[in-house]
Amino acid sequence: MNFSEVFKLSGLLCKFSPDGKYLASCVQYRLVVRDVNTLQIVQLYTCLDQIQHIEWSADSLFILCAMYKRGLVQVWSLEQPEWHCKIDEGSAGLVASCWSPDGRHILNTTEFHLRITVWSLCTKSVSYIKYPKACLQGTTFTRDGRYMALAERRDCKDYVSIFVCSDWQLLRHFDTDTQDLTGIEWAPNGCVLAVWDTCLEYKVLLYSLDGRLLSAYSAYEWSLGIKSVAWSPSSQFLAVGSYDGKVRILNHVTWKMITEFEHPVAINNPKIVVYKEAEKSPQLGLGCLSFPPPRAGAGPLPTSESKYEIASVPVSLQTLKPVTDRANPKIGIGMLAFSPDSYFLATRNDNVPNAVWVWDIQKLRLFAVLEQLSPVRTFQWDPKQPRLAICTGGSRVYLWSPAGCLSVQVPGEGDFAVLSLCWHLSGDSIALLSKDHFCLCFLETEAAVGTACRQLGGHM
Amino acid sequence: MGDWMTVTDPGLSSESKTISQHTSETKMSPSSLYSQQVLCSSIPLSKNVHSFFSAFCTEDNIEQSISYLDQELTTFGFPSLYEESKGKETKRELNIVAVLNCMNELLVLQRKNLLAQENVETQNLKLGSDMDHLQSCYSKLKEQLETSRREMIGLQERDRQLQCKNRNLHQLLKNEKDEVQKLQNIIASRATQYNHDMKRKEREYNKLKERLHQLVMNKKDKKIAMDILNYVGRADGKRGSWRTGKTEARNEDEMYKILLNDYEYRQKQILMENAELKKVLQQMKKEMISLLSPQKKKPRERVDDSTGTVISDVEEDAGELSRESMWDLSCETVREQLTNSIRKQWRILKSHVEKLDNQVSKVHLEGFNDEDVISRQDHEQETEKLELEIQQCKEMIKTQQQLLQQQLATACDDDTTSLLRDCYLLEEKERLKEEWSLFKEQKKNFERERRSFTEAAIRLGLERKAFEEERASWLKQQFLNMTTFDHQNSENVKLFSAFSGSSDWDNLTVHSRQPQKKPHSMSNGSPVCMSKLTKSLPASPSTSDFCQTRSCMSEHSSINVLNITPEDIKPNQVGGECTNQKWSVASRPGSQEGCYSGCSLTYTNSHVEKDDLP
Repeated sequence: MNFSEVFKLSGLLCKFSPDGKYLASCVQYRLVVRDVNTLQIVQLYTCLDQIQHIEWSADSLFILCAMYKRGLVQVWSLEQPEWHCKIDEGSAGLVASCWSPDGRHILNTTEFHLRITVWSLCTKSVSYIKYPKACLQGTTFTRDGRYMALAERRDCKDYVSIFVCSDWQLLRHFDTDTQDLTGIEWAPNGCVLAVWDTCLEYKVLLYSLDGRLLSAYSAYEWSLGIKSVAWSPSSQFLAVGSYDGKVRILNHVTWKMITEFEHPVAINNPKIVVYKEAEKSPQLGLGCLSFPPPRAGAGPLPTSESKYEIASVPVSLQTLKPVTDRANPKIGIGMLAFSPDSYFLATRNDNVPNAVWVWDIQKLRLFAVLEQLSPVRTFQWDPKQPRLAICTGGSRVYLWSPAGCLSVQVPGEGDFAVLSLCWHLSGDSIALLSKDHFCLCFLETEAAVGTACRQLGGHM
Repeated sequence: MGDWMTVTDPGLSSESKTISQHTSETKMSPSSLYSQQVLCSSIPLSKNVHSFFSAFCTEDNIEQSISYLDQELTTFGFPSLYEESKGKETKRELNIVAVLNCMNELLVLQRKNLLAQENVETQNLKLGSDMDHLQSCYSKLKEQLETSRREMIGLQERDRQLQCKNRNLHQLLKNEKDEVQKLQNIIASRATQYNHDMKRKEREYNKLKERLHQLVMNKKDKKIAMDILNYVGRADGKRGSWRTGKTEARNEDEMYKILLNDYEYRQKQILMENAELKKVLQQMKKEMISLLSPQKKKPRERVDDSTGTVISDVEEDAGELSRESMWDLSCETVREQLTNSIRKQWRILKSHVEKLDNQVSKVHLEGFNDEDVISRQDHEQETEKLELEIQQCKEMIKTQQQLLQQQLATACDDDTTSLLRDCYLLEEKERLKEEWSLFKEQKKNFERERRSFTEAAIRLGLERKAFEEERASWLKQQFLNMTTFDHQNSENVKLFSAFSGSSDWDNLTVHSRQPQKKPHSMSNGSPVCMSKLTKSLPASPSTSDFCQTRSCMSEHSSINVLNITPEDIKPNQVGGECTNQKWSVASRPGSQEGCYSGCSLTYTNSHVEKDDLP
């Protein structure tokens, strides 16, 4: 495992281009585009203000830089560095900006969600979509980029509009039986739309592309409901994480629940491997006292080392006592992600913030649990294989695969606190982002993975 | 008498009891002890008599006393103390004999009475103890009853309390339920309230938004604009098209196409899955049929037939269609038959498996209950096998012996054939040797098997011992025959080689011991004659000179001590050590020692046979 040198970064804005060739990163008001392989700067763009959001167009030709404070969006072309485009939302303000899947339209959401403006880069035409709903996930595009679903709110009722992305024509418009719609998400096959209600009510609605209600599912009443939703890449399963600390898996045939994944704090099943991150205290402190003095000047200055240990069951995980009388309590399943082959599901229970649960979807049971020393900030699956990268805001990155677990110290002077990470689409490298810097972590190629795994085994 | 008085305390009635006990014990003793017994029994009598005499009879009134006694006795049915009077006038003479007889009878009576009294006393005691026991039992039971009654009351009390508690809990539960209901109602009302408020707020918010929108939009905000260098081409290279009804229809079409595609894809997947499942089903069915039909042919045949017909029906229905296409038929046509047949087969399988399970559990139960039973059975089987082999070996030995005998017999009466016989013998020897080696091998096998089945061998020990004895005897016979070709001997051998078990044994022993034994049995009128015949092998064959004595004791006749020194049965020693055998018969008439030393007579057939020799 190799690491690149450390580059400057601001606002955790660092993204691989969809074709995997380039890496865009922001430093204050500058946008830097590098070649992924050489890490040489390919292009450097200067924006009008500090960049708050960047996004690659789907064809990797354009990059959108949003400066919400100024209500500005600037678009840069990779092919034509001299080409420029600036969209000013004026006094209406800007809270969100994104590409349409064709990479020729930009959707800007104005302040107070007054409307969504669709700017075209091909024509002068501007379209407005009124009444977008201010919610967590109000727009979603199908994977093939053909349709967009948009959550709307009119007259205190929730609606969903389905647009054809090619000409922004309204295809379907229907009201949903929700109190306060919170999110919508297309299934990867683009034929089913999952709609879920506010956290006050457990309700998932499944709509066909043509607006028919396929099914509605509610697990319980009178309690905080859905916290996170994820489709399996095969569109077979819909995982619904809720505030009761459970993930419910719905199937795509009957849309009924297949199984319920509880997130037990105590793990008793000996079949489940529990990896526990253990910190080896730096040898210095004890080393001075230890009877056989440690080898002087052996290797670099050791910071605290960490490694995984296989905890022997029964294991009880550290839990957080949630403050229940505040809004957004830290309980329930806050993060959910299917592995690209749909075989595994990684979850995080927010009141057990240090643990990542990995579930075997084939056998519908818990497969492994990773307990970190600090709260898990984010995790992401390798796009090519069942390999999970985890970061906890420390200077280490953690990898899990069915073969084992690995904790890697990010080298370099000073602490490189990994706040976020994103995989290259080939699965060969990960961009590790800290508050002010980023670096790339290159993983071994397929051939070397086997040996690596074996090493992990040894390492564990 | 005075001596007796000093020794025994008259006050102690228990002593007399013990003494009487003693007498009762010695009652069965021979008459030689009679006098002593009388003495013993006279103790209580004497003291009674003594005290009686002091009051009853004095020097002066002997006559009266006697007559009084006579009267008394006669009234009790005893014969008169006086002699038969010859004449009226003559003074009746005291008949001493009658007096003594009477006395004796009285004594006997007294003894009987004492015995009876004692019996009664012991019975009384027994009854008393029984009574005590019963009383204690009764009191115990009473106590028990009391405690159980108390317990019952306690339990009843507890039951009542628990019921009370239960009622309270029920009440509490009800209250809680009510509370929950109330809270739910509150939540619901709050929710509606909240929703209502939210709606109101939202309306206001919407109004504001609308106004804001109007304000922002109507202002003709110059700032809202896109500043672009030049418009780029569409990603697909096409020109944008106008929105018309046509495009709308096209979009619809496309959407439905996508949906259709999805459904088709899913249908395909489901079909594939179905095909797979059908394949599995078919395979399972086949396997089930093949599994079920061969076993339990008779009882299952009918059921199998029925399922078979169902299957064949299906197959016939499919008719010209190939098997695969049959399976590809939509379920509706085949489903019913399929499910029926599967159900039937499943039922069969289930019952079969259940049966098997039952068997297994039974076996398990047995196995768990006494695991050694199985091993014992095994051992028994093994012992049976071994016994069979022994039998075979015995038979073999018998035939060998017979052959030998025949040859010997022929050799005796015909000298001319001696040469021939010799060669025969040689041949025979060779054969015997071969057989002997075979036998040895078998014996070795036995040994091995014996080791592995020690338990069986333990049980076999006796038989093996016998067998070894027989073998030894046979060996000796053989060697004897080889050394001394005595006709008589050979006859004897013939007799023994019959191998016909214990009855023959006894006959033989009796027959051969007759000359010695007869005097004993004749002279003993009622002898305590212990003749124990024990067949035993010396523990170590090398100790040839150990002696076993057998003594017969009889009261009247002499005691014959038979000192038998059995010669070692080891075959290589037997031949030469015939002279070692000593039979010393000593008779000591009139010896009153009467001791019987429990010695066992070692009686092997060789001894018996040697009886005649000295």
